[in-house]
Amino acid sequence: MRFVDEYRDADTARALAARITALCEPGRSYKFMEVCGGHTHTIYKHGIEDYLPEAVTLVHGPGCPVCVIPMGRVDDAIHIAAQPDVIMTSFGDMMRVPGGKGSFLDAKARGADIRMVYSPLDALKIAKQNPSKRVVFMAIGFETTAPSTAMTVLRAKADGVDNFSVFCNHVTIIPAIKAILDSPDLRLDAFIGPGHVSTVIGCRPYRFIARDYGKPIVVAGFEPLDVLQSVHQILTQLAQRRCEVENQYARVVPWDGNPKALAAINEVMELRPHFEWRGLGFISQSALRVSAKYARYDAERIFQIPGGRVADPTSCQCGEVLKGVLKPWECKVFGTACTPETPIGTCMVSSEGACAAYYNFGRFSRERVKEATRQ
Amino acid sequence: MCLGIPGEIVEILNDRPDLAMVAVSGVRRAINIGLLEDETVAPGDWILIHVGFALSKIDETEAKAALDFLESIGQAYDDEIAALRESMIEQG
Repeated sequence: MRFVDEYRDADTARALAARITALCEPGRSYKFMEVCGGHTHTIYKHGIEDYLPEAVTLVHGPGCPVCVIPMGRVDDAIHIAAQPDVIMTSFGDMMRVPGGKGSFLDAKARGADIRMVYSPLDALKIAKQNPSKRVVFMAIGFETTAPSTAMTVLRAKADGVDNFSVFCNHVTIIPAIKAILDSPDLRLDAFIGPGHVSTVIGCRPYRFIARDYGKPIVVAGFEPLDVLQSVHQILTQLAQRRCEVENQYARVVPWDGNPKALAAINEVMELRPHFEWRGLGFISQSALRVSAKYARYDAERIFQIPGGRVADPTSCQCGEVLKGVLKPWECKVFGTACTPETPIGTCMVSSEGACAAYYNFGRFSRERVKEATRQ
Repeated sequence: MCLGIPGEIVEILNDRPDLAMVAVSGVRRAINIGLLEDETVAPGDWILIHVGFALSKIDETEAKAALDFLESIGQAYDDEIAALRESMIEQG
């Protein structure tokens, strides 16, 4: 097991694993969803499932912002990039995300000026350096990255930059969790809450999970021991018939989040009435757009956006993977037609996508997939 | 993109108080510190950085543990550092 071999705190991990096993009620099985793609990454990189008793299953959630971008939005962005004098910018994770008409990389090969940036501030810098161009930043991410986009718009305004705009695709985590809780497909016992998103939103927004749905949620850090510790805290709650919001990652996540970051989002952005999520469909008030006050920085107001819906390829089962209904290796094209080099679905694109995590860390070799499929 | 990367503040820029020079895995770049809530930062402090913005101040132990972890995950962290290397956030 990788975890034992590589991880510096293997003894602590073993002790935690024993306590986790002891907390499981005989004959009961448990399903916990890790909402955040960062946790999925940790779980497969470090083989954490090998440490858990068979009664505990970890289910991957929708917390990979690249994975939930619907194909139609990629097409819209490529459409903007094809307009005269446009420089389209986005994070590296976006480059290979397939739309109905290919990815950013494909569009770039056809001649569109699409550039990878580390930060929206880099996109703003490109705008300053290219006053005759219209620079668009394709903004993606949950509340972790939304404050950065908002702050960049505020900076653009302060610096009087008028050739910069945002194609806003920011999504919010709470409505997605609620959609999953309301989905009839899946029965979950608890959640491992996202770490970095909670740095911004804090822990209070999760209280409805305990109050209205009677399920524990533990906000967790990203190291292997953090994940094991959070599983232990969840099982302790369940054993004591409690359901509460707990913060395992208090060394980084304040209970109230980051008020300045929330204020920046609220200043520049507003909730959309609804937004399409890949795999989850339309979810009410689940995404952000640039508010009217900052209309001159809103690419959706500056450019004509086709706004078409594109159905996912029929062979792709990212939707089921994002909802936690299917494990990545249960998808028909996993590791065969769909690989990180030639992804069909978004879950294989981002390093935080569940499929890429499985694939890259070789947890399920092709042979094991075949074996599992036969069973 | 979603990775929070620890960085050590090496210099606060006098003429741009919202920016600080930060060392991240041997890369020195300007990072926006305007979102840190009522916290003063000084050279030697550690922050957790998301896409060019510090979202929280952390202690050195947490920073070292987070760096160890990030280095263990390989490609995704390498990609993030490569992107940061290309970053040109700066004054003005």
